[in-house]
Amino acid sequence: MSQRPRGPSDSFRHGPLAVSTSDEGAGDSAGTAVQAQGLTKRFGEFTAVDAVDFDIEVGEAFGFLGANGAGKTSTMRMIACLSPISGGTLQVLGLDPMRDGPQIRSRIGLVPQDDTLDLELTVRDNLYLYGRYFGLPRKQLRERVEELLEFARLTERADQRVDPLSGGMRRRLTIARALVSSPSLVILDEPTTGLDPQARHLLWDRLYRLKREGVTLVITTHYMDEAEQLCDRLVVMDAGRIAAAGSPSELIEQWSTREVVELRFEPEGHQVHGERLADLAERVEVLPDRLLLYTDQGDATLDAVRSRGASPIAALVRRATLEDVFLHLTGRSLVD
Amino acid sequence: MSFFPQLPSAVATRQRRARLSPALRAYQYNLLAYKRTWRGSVTTTFLYPVLYLAAIGVGLGHLIDHGSNQAVGGVRYLWFLAPGLLAGTAMQIATNESTFPVMAGIKWLKTYLAMLAAPLEVTDVLYGHLAWILTRVALASGVFLAVMAAFHTVPSGWAVLAFPAAVLTGAAFAAPVMAFSATRETDQSFVVLYRFGIVPLFLFSGTFFPVAQLPGWLQVVARCTPLYQGVTLCRGLVLGHLGGWDALGHAGYLLAMLVGGVLAARVTYRRRLVQ
Ligand SMILES: Nc1ncnc2c1ncn2[C@@H]1O[C@H](COP(=O)(O)OP(=O)(O)O)[C@@H](O)[C@H]1O
Ligand SMILES: [Mg+2]
Repeated sequence: MSQRPRGPSDSFRHGPLAVSTSDEGAGDSAGTAVQAQGLTKRFGEFTAVDAVDFDIEVGEAFGFLGANGAGKTSTMRMIACLSPISGGTLQVLGLDPMRDGPQIRSRIGLVPQDDTLDLELTVRDNLYLYGRYFGLPRKQLRERVEELLEFARLTERADQRVDPLSGGMRRRLTIARALVSSPSLVILDEPTTGLDPQARHLLWDRLYRLKREGVTLVITTHYMDEAEQLCDRLVVMDAGRIAAAGSPSELIEQWSTREVVELRFEPEGHQVHGERLADLAERVEVLPDRLLLYTDQGDATLDAVRSRGASPIAALVRRATLEDVFLHLTGRSLVD
Repeated sequence: MSFFPQLPSAVATRQRRARLSPALRAYQYNLLAYKRTWRGSVTTTFLYPVLYLAAIGVGLGHLIDHGSNQAVGGVRYLWFLAPGLLAGTAMQIATNESTFPVMAGIKWLKTYLAMLAAPLEVTDVLYGHLAWILTRVALASGVFLAVMAAFHTVPSGWAVLAFPAAVLTGAAFAAPVMAFSATRETDQSFVVLYRFGIVPLFLFSGTFFPVAQLPGWLQVVARCTPLYQGVTLCRGLVLGHLGGWDALGHAGYLLAMLVGGVLAARVTYRRRLVQ
């Protein structure tokens, strides 16, 4: 035991499970976990993922932010070797998903968008049986299961059936299950969709912990706060394409002003006010329920609005978020 | 505390992996899941055969045997019926296990999808489940034969071979039905399968009465059905009056269904699960 590298992140990078693509980036010891070029997924005539390029570095948390139908799940399924690619190239952990599917899958953890838990079995059995799929030895697996129950804060529920568990608990169980084989890459497809805020925060906390351990995380979400909180880098996906890529702060800097003034008028008034106030901001977005003024000086802009005699029902100045980036890039809100 | 303190050594893991083939891991899931939930299926596996044999075989047989039993080949009705029911039960259990559980694997519980996210392949999922279904059939057939022996309806030593024959009958149904189930969107189709397939087969394939009792053209149809092969094979072995070539013919028919079913299921499973 004492000979082991202290941090598990070390064992990920240098241990037997380490990603073996470091020869590509000379001097870059971490290497690339996932590499996609022109990656395409077609279902019949329909193109769900349209020639996307991205590189995911070992140890980073990489996000795919996009509305429903953007092609996030299709992309995740290709990375997880569950769905054959229709075009382009894809490398996962230095291997070819079309050829080395089982080998790749034995080294990654997948949290699918829809849970695939066995509702009739207990929490513990779900973990144990999944571990057996990986051929993990029984004794080792039993110890691992107890660790994972702790990790997912499900120890008290271990002997209960999954059926009555809350959505948050099921999601934590699914994540714990994905970790059973100690994967170096974990793919999470909408890990917190449908959860209440408390459950989401607990889940985020577990994901931070994984990241600290050096696990590469690939996360899809349509929550911009989730992307901002969790992701080192992300791509904004829209209609099968990548509309922008970068770190959350880079994206905001590139595609939005620093601050946003949100104004609420009588619903019919938004269009009119939008046109009247357009010159006070760099950009104006008219949404059905509010008006957004993009500006670097929020308070000053709001003062200017008031001095024009416009009297919104509600007004607030806030920092720009990824939601604003998304709105700008796609002309739509993330969650409708 | 670090979260991966006992990272399994990948080398050791890999050695273990080689020992348990992936399809066996899928099988093992079913086995362990069954261990936890077996109580629900006790009646179908263990109780029904006894009830059937008692009610129909003993009760009805009493009436028939008091008349003329020439129609059932001159043996006691219970002797005639029991091996037929053995084959019929094998068919039913095989079909039960190849319909709803397959839908559960794909849609309801998504256990297949969980396996595929782990390092299992589509064929592993298929073979593992098929092997499990045959285990269920074997279990039920074994119990049934034991009950038959307890009712003193096993006159011939060949009856030992009725066990693999019953399992083969189940296999001949399981594989094609699995292939079919993997193409279905809802369980509605299973009701149709039962109503127009399994139930008529169960009633008219020589299980309860010799097909010679049927009107001419229906006789031909009945003799061509898969269950007829299973019933005739099992009965012939239990009563010890089956010619070798006949036996091979029936077994060959069933084997062909198994092989054809597996080939079809490989296609439909892949089409459904890999998109
Ligand atoms: N198996 C499939 N067959 C046909 N179309 C599909 C299939 N899976 C996804 N799609 C379509 O591809 C598009 C992208 O879907 P998806 O990748 O699930 O997006 P997201 O996860 O971002 O919501 C959607 O329009 C969806 O309807
Ligand atoms: Mg999705």
